[in-house]
Amino acid sequence: MATPKPRVKVPKTAAAGEVITIKTLISHDMESGQRKDKEGNLIPREIINTFTCSFNGTKVFECDLDPAVAANPYFEFSAKVPESGTFTFTWKDDNGATYTDEKTIEVA
Amino acid sequence: MTQLNRRKLFTLAAGAGTLGLAGLVPRAALATPEAAREAIAEFTGGTSPQTGRISLTAPEIAENGNTVPISISVESPMSEDDYVESVTVMAEGNPNPEVATFHFTPMSGKAEATTRIRLAKTQTVVAVAKMSDGATYSDSKEVKVTIGGCGG
Repeated sequence: MATPKPRVKVPKTAAAGEVITIKTLISHDMESGQRKDKEGNLIPREIINTFTCSFNGTKVFECDLDPAVAANPYFEFSAKVPESGTFTFTWKDDNGATYTDEKTIEVA
Repeated sequence: MTQLNRRKLFTLAAGAGTLGLAGLVPRAALATPEAAREAIAEFTGGTSPQTGRISLTAPEIAENGNTVPISISVESPMSEDDYVESVTVMAEGNPNPEVATFHFTPMSGKAEATTRIRLAKTQTVVAVAKMSDGATYSDSKEVKVTIGGCGG
């Protein structure tokens, strides 16, 4: 599998205290651990198990994923923007890897 | 620990039940509504969720069980002392009932989330919300699945 590539959509600006919508997508097979290969052996589970979004170091949104989340996990959620700053997005893989992305937002 | 034991016991009992029907029914690989209820009880800490405040949006018919869009939304002021702590989603007819658990904070602004899930067959999807004061609410939707999403 190619290295998972995160994609995030955050508005560039917001009014102070505004609640914005964030959309995230990461390319990942989300191998459920239920499927079998040609020889009939179970393909081991390998999924993204946690997704976290924080703003200037404060946690905004987190999700624990189970194998029932579809491949290329997509999330849409809200966040309050009290000031200008940076959103940090982290995806944790079963194999120990973490994938991150960052987006800055300016309060006009 | 007691919860774990209870759960194990339950699984054993369910297994025994399946054995009784051996020959007629292939070995049950799918979760049961009971297993989902157990998992929900674990999430709520035993309290039975009320209806209202939470709404779960899911399609009535999903052609492809591999990617079914669902949304949850909970009415809440999302202030420092009154907010939605977490929302868990369960699929009763999947091999494991757990689908995803969302954790919110007052910084979330709104307790809303959308994602895409896998459904093995036609079944009821349940969402349960836990508030910061410990109250729990739930909503459920039946989704008809044309092609299951847990192929093997």
